[in-house]
Amino acid sequence: MREIAVVSSAIHQVEALTFKTDVQLMVPLINEARDAVGLVQADVGFTCSGSSDFLAGQGFSFVQTLDAVGASPPINESHVEMDGVFALYEAWVKLQIGEIDIALVYSYGKSSPGSRRDVLAVQLDPYTVAPLWPDAHAVAALQARLLIESGAVTAEELAAIAVRSQRNAVGNPNALRASAQMTVADVMATAMVADPLRAADLAAEADGGCAVILAAGDRARELCDRPAWIRGIDHRIDAHGLGVRDLVTAPSAALAAMRAADSAGFSAGSVDIAELHAASTAQVHVLTVGMGLGGDVRIDPSGGSLAGDTLMAAGLMRVAEAARQIASGDADRALAHGSSGPCLQQNLVCLIEGD
Amino acid sequence: MSKELPAQGRLRADLVIEYPFTRTTGPVVGAFMTGLRDRRIVGSRRADGWVFVPAAEVDPDTGNPLSEIVDVASVGVVETWTWVDPPRPGSPWDDPHGLALVRLDGANTPMLHGVLVDSVADMATGMRVEAVWREERVGHITDLLGFVPEGTGTGQPDRTEKSAVADPVRSIRTPIRLEYDFIPSAAAQEYLRAYAEKRILGNRSPVDGAVFVPPRGVDPRSGVETTEMVELPHAGHIGNFCVTHLPIPGRSDLPTPYVSAWIHLDGADIGFLGLVSGCENDEVRIGMRVQAVWKADEELGATAENILYWEPSGEPDVPVEQAGNRAWLGEGMSDA
Repeated sequence: MREIAVVSSAIHQVEALTFKTDVQLMVPLINEARDAVGLVQADVGFTCSGSSDFLAGQGFSFVQTLDAVGASPPINESHVEMDGVFALYEAWVKLQIGEIDIALVYSYGKSSPGSRRDVLAVQLDPYTVAPLWPDAHAVAALQARLLIESGAVTAEELAAIAVRSQRNAVGNPNALRASAQMTVADVMATAMVADPLRAADLAAEADGGCAVILAAGDRARELCDRPAWIRGIDHRIDAHGLGVRDLVTAPSAALAAMRAADSAGFSAGSVDIAELHAASTAQVHVLTVGMGLGGDVRIDPSGGSLAGDTLMAAGLMRVAEAARQIASGDADRALAHGSSGPCLQQNLVCLIEGD
Repeated sequence: MSKELPAQGRLRADLVIEYPFTRTTGPVVGAFMTGLRDRRIVGSRRADGWVFVPAAEVDPDTGNPLSEIVDVASVGVVETWTWVDPPRPGSPWDDPHGLALVRLDGANTPMLHGVLVDSVADMATGMRVEAVWREERVGHITDLLGFVPEGTGTGQPDRTEKSAVADPVRSIRTPIRLEYDFIPSAAAQEYLRAYAEKRILGNRSPVDGAVFVPPRGVDPRSGVETTEMVELPHAGHIGNFCVTHLPIPGRSDLPTPYVSAWIHLDGADIGFLGLVSGCENDEVRIGMRVQAVWKADEELGATAENILYWEPSGEPDVPVEQAGNRAWLGEGMSDA
């Protein structure tokens, strides 16, 4: 396998990008990621993006966003209608094939013009579930209740996960929710949004984008001081139907973590930090247990997706945040997780290491 | 949905997307829908006796097809639940309600539906519930109104005569409607506002001076932001065109056949879309010089619709080899 690393990244995330188009959001981010390692688009062998037409309210919206890349003369390009972390996987495969040394991955989501929790209902079974329009908070709540009533976790322990996220998010300019003072009691005193979940249990809906540069081998070493090497990456999927799988575990996350560990030579449980892409505190718990992240692992040092969850970019942001922990020397080994679908249906695990 | 709009009278528009889906059900999902129409709930049984409800077409563990349809009870138990308040737009429910995974007696998997009780205090995991049905049923998941605590239903029979053989459900309608609060970008806001003053604006690229219309705030060739606005004349030439003979749904104001064309304004380096009229359709040609025909001054608004169409100006044509896009030709791409 070729050595492939994250060598730079750019993130912007806010509550609502009211007056910015996707293109205007991505121009500075793509430039920031390329400029940080002295690259121009002509140096990039492959460009891959992730976004959703359902958020833009417009078919083939990603084609317009290519304006932000500078796609003339024509570039080698692809797109996934998924979180950008899955675009990163495609770029990683392309780099493994060996014909290119540099890839640009970006993704973005601007869900604020619509009602995101309702738009997400259209990803559910179109025959027996979507016509009932169960919103995303309600679906997350069904999973959380199962988890609590299974005895795996208490509502207070979920609140503690929310508190940890907000404490870690202090100082993260891209976090929407951060607090050094908030306590479990504060969280428990707030009203239910979707019983048994409170607002702090649900990931903070955000607009934003992320751009990442991947480079192979010596090229990565030339471009930055401490490449964040992707030692193992894998994604797996569970059945779609909410009634046909065990919602209190995430078998696909556990399997992806195991496969990634096989390649990496170190386990998910042995990392210094983990950045998780979860829609709720309950999902953070499911992932923590399912992937075997022990007490020594610092979870969500950026605040994770709970502190700011840009649909279609939150997973890629987890990779960027984990890579930054490696680049800064704050961590030697990191796990980045991305997900897609209702109740952690699909999961990607990326194990990253510094030299 | 309504969102609070910022001050300064920013332009906005409702953007509504509707998909009038009609979905083929196939024999297994069709049997489930047919059952609902008959006030029955059916599942599909795997060889080992495991029963999936709603009837699943394939075993999620093995991918093997499932074809044996079996009845299950219309009473069961709540496995997990939440409370939905306010009810969601588009959902079949107008009042706050429970939402639950309900495992019916005889089923091995739970199904999602509403639990129709007065308050969250009436909800509990493990509660027994029974189905309540819509009076007029068509073979759709909403034929089931939801579940109520067992024994509190309307007492209607939970079985009627099976119609499956005579007239099975073969398709269902599942329209989707999504509403967005569309706010144009700053460049587009300026462009649209200028229309109200009968002005057409473009963006000039800082890279090589190429002019793009409409202004989108970026030079797409290089991914560089563009901020300089330039006012463009109301005349140009046709770079390409199309004669359309089929009507567009919802556009009864466009009698067919009509001509749409890429209008290349003098001083702009790309074309933009416009209608061509004021001549016979078969006189329209690449390179033809045209000028804008505007709405009456009192009808002008912040919209590109201010230009009714483009009409021939009578000037000599632009040679065909010089007509059309020039922004990608490199340096010296000023207009002919």
